[in-house]
Amino acid sequence: MSSDVRFTDFKSDKQPTWCPGCGDFGTMNGMMKALAETGNDPDNTFVVAGIGCSGKIGTFMHSYAIHGVHGRALPVGTGVKLANPDLEVMVAGGDGDGYSIGAGHFIHAVRRNVDMSYVVMDNRIYGLTKGQASPTSREDFETSTTPEGPKQPPVNPLALALSAGATFIAQSFSTDARRHAEIVQKAIEHDGFGFVNVFSPCVTFNDVDTYDYFRDAIVDLADEDHDSNDYDAAKEKILDADKEYQGVIYQDEDSVPYSELHGIEGNMSEIPDGAPEDAMDLVREFY
Amino acid sequence: MMQDLNWAIGGEAGDGIDSTGKIFAQALSRAGRHVFTSKDFASRIRGGYTAYKIRSSTDQVESVVDRLDILVALTQRTIDENLDELHEDSVIIYDGERTEMEDVDIPGEMIGLSVPLRRLAEDAGGAIMQNTVALGAACEVAQFPIENLDSALDKKFGAKGEAIVENNKEAARLGEEYVQEEYDHDFAYDIETTDNDYVLLNGDEAIGMGALAAGCRFYSGYPITPATNVMEYLMGRIQHFGGTVVQAEDELSAINMALGAARAGARSMTATSGPGIDLMTETFGLVAQSETPLVIVDVMRSGPSTGMPTKQEQGDLNMTLYGGHGEIPRFVVAPTTVSECFQKTIEAFNFAEKYQTPVFLLADLAMAVTEQTFSPEEFDMDAVEVDRGKIVDENDIEAWTDEQGRFQPHFPTADGISPRAFPGTTGGAHMSTGLEHNSLGRRTEDTETRVEQVDKRNRKVETAEEKEDLSPREFGDSDSDTLVISWGSNEGPMREALGFLEDDDVSVRFLSVPYIFPRPDLTEDVEAADEVIVVECNETGQFANVIEHDTLTRVERINKYNGIRFKADELADEIKAKLGEEVTA
Ligand SMILES: Cc1ncc(C[n+]2csc(CCOP(=O)(O)OP(=O)(O)O)c2C)c(N)n1
Ligand code: SF4
Repeated sequence: MSSDVRFTDFKSDKQPTWCPGCGDFGTMNGMMKALAETGNDPDNTFVVAGIGCSGKIGTFMHSYAIHGVHGRALPVGTGVKLANPDLEVMVAGGDGDGYSIGAGHFIHAVRRNVDMSYVVMDNRIYGLTKGQASPTSREDFETSTTPEGPKQPPVNPLALALSAGATFIAQSFSTDARRHAEIVQKAIEHDGFGFVNVFSPCVTFNDVDTYDYFRDAIVDLADEDHDSNDYDAAKEKILDADKEYQGVIYQDEDSVPYSELHGIEGNMSEIPDGAPEDAMDLVREFY
Repeated sequence: MMQDLNWAIGGEAGDGIDSTGKIFAQALSRAGRHVFTSKDFASRIRGGYTAYKIRSSTDQVESVVDRLDILVALTQRTIDENLDELHEDSVIIYDGERTEMEDVDIPGEMIGLSVPLRRLAEDAGGAIMQNTVALGAACEVAQFPIENLDSALDKKFGAKGEAIVENNKEAARLGEEYVQEEYDHDFAYDIETTDNDYVLLNGDEAIGMGALAAGCRFYSGYPITPATNVMEYLMGRIQHFGGTVVQAEDELSAINMALGAARAGARSMTATSGPGIDLMTETFGLVAQSETPLVIVDVMRSGPSTGMPTKQEQGDLNMTLYGGHGEIPRFVVAPTTVSECFQKTIEAFNFAEKYQTPVFLLADLAMAVTEQTFSPEEFDMDAVEVDRGKIVDENDIEAWTDEQGRFQPHFPTADGISPRAFPGTTGGAHMSTGLEHNSLGRRTEDTETRVEQVDKRNRKVETAEEKEDLSPREFGDSDSDTLVISWGSNEGPMREALGFLEDDDVSVRFLSVPYIFPRPDLTEDVEAADEVIVVECNETGQFANVIEHDTLTRVERINKYNGIRFKADELADEIKAKLGEEVTA
């Protein structure tokens, strides 16, 4: 890791193909800044992306990366990180990817508390498939598949995470560049699963949860007297359906990541040329 | 005196049938006798008939037969279920003092030994040892030195403390003495022991051991019969070698974790059975498309859907061969014996890394749960070779970069195999994706690049066909006009069937095929025979269809799909019938 890494080193030479104005630009820039700030470089970074407009991020960034199948980015990230703890693993995806098709994995990744960060670009719509309701869409949000609105309450991802035992829960707004990067950086630095839900507006299909909406609605926890180590205070904020908070909402400072609890240390890519020296003991067990 | 002894214990699930059977199998193995076990179990934990059967001989045994010599019956149902296999010299050990066994119905010619299993166990220290009492009684019937049982009891209960071991030894003695004193009968059995050292293990364990020998460091799985034992074996052992087992939340997660670990450079594996393979199929395509080395074990059971989870079938061949949308280069390797489960697992890791493809290791329930004895040399760790394929490090990465200095992980080489850089390698940063991509790994819909990459990936299969020895294993009479072909665990019963056939002057050439894809070209073998019979545990003849397709020749089929594996004598009879039919037709 070299200290002179700049965030642009994480940019690939491929120009993003997102719609002009898409929130994902800002989300990605913040991620790259945070990676550079935390002393990482492209050769020790592994970005795992889901499927969706959000999932394209791996293409526009320069690092080791995989762009997998819809909804399964978290298990992939888990495998990467456990197999090589020296890598900085960052998983990215959309609200559909993470809270719908991948919702099961989300809960379990939170519980597992592997030391990686998870950035969800929450635009409250399915972008790539052109505008259907997502699990975070509002109850009355009219879309091509919900002409009268989904008529079911949106998922509260932060509450899901909290109830699953999250050790780090944060929320940010993609266009508030400095705060967003700072929050992602905290997620990277956290010893365990650092979850950040990012408001990342879709300018093409979502005319409700817009930049203007978020700008007005957001309450920055830095401006409030919020103690992120206080579980009850965090719970109160998370269950407050009337406000959109930004900042680190909850962090368990005593978090012990999965690999430490399970005694996983080395880089698993290094193996002997033949069977391990004491392999014959494995046979003797069957006498 | 009979050297081939068929012994079984049966009762309700939860009666400790499995561990009791295993103790006896171990005792026989330690006495230098070969052992072959089979399990009859229902898919429930308590209640339901369960049996553990052991066939043991001084020669290697490869199959079960339709005969039972000594039966420990903990329930009346055990006797009813096995009536067909009992014969006039059969001995049935049961507890006539237990109310539910009082009026047990022993068919006329057989010998029923009522032994107060529970009472003697209580005398030895606890009713829980009733099965051990029965083992002692069985030793007396078979004239099998009970000291061999002692060492198996040491192994089983050693960790639980001296007192438990001693009580069990005492319980066995009481069972032995009771038969000695109460029954003045010369039983038909007096089995030999030898000085040979054998190991006793099942296919799941052999797969797990092969994985560790091959340097597997990451395993993720979700429990499913009959593959769970692979995970249970690795758990507790893989850590010693610096690896880990993760119990995932489902099979989707399991295969994706394994994929992630493989991309990070670990030798990585997941194991499941049919329903789990279904769930893994989407990611299976990603594994192939991103050219990630991964071993996926399918321990087949009876399907479709949840089918018969505890019963034998070889119904997933089509799925492993053709499963997944689009066209996917892959390996499908099907071990044919328990010891091959070990060897083929090692080979599977080498295939995966040499060719950067997913490898299906296709095992079946009959082999996975069967414990069999082998000489330890069959698991020769010195012979293990690890071939990691075309790994590039920071020194040779430049040879694989484009004009802009970008690493090309999908460079279209002549043999189809591209360079691979583990994450962390300086200058190797790249993206992998399930989308069609160019040599850099970047998405493309360019028609020429698409064709180039599809061809490149498929070239790996051609390379493997050229470079690897995919020949089948051959047995029997190589000049015979009758050719029998099988795959998977049918090899064992078929090899024994050859002996039965020989006794009746029927000569047969037998090919056991472990490579399903890529596979050997059997056209010449098929054309050289008058009669070709493909033996498999499924209804539609999935492998027979493949052979017909490859060789453009109709073949005969012997299919079994009632949930029970082939037995050697039964198979010999079916082959004779097939040949007879042809003669009269
Ligand atoms: C198994 C599967 N089902 C459906 C799809 C189609 N699909 C692609 S992206 C997507 C939704 C993405 O929504 P979201 O995660 O919110 O990301 P966004 O595009 O809004 O960034 C769907 C349904 C797919 N690729 N795979
Ligand atoms: S459709 Fe929406 S989410 Fe997708 S790139 Fe365009 S603005 Fe962004």
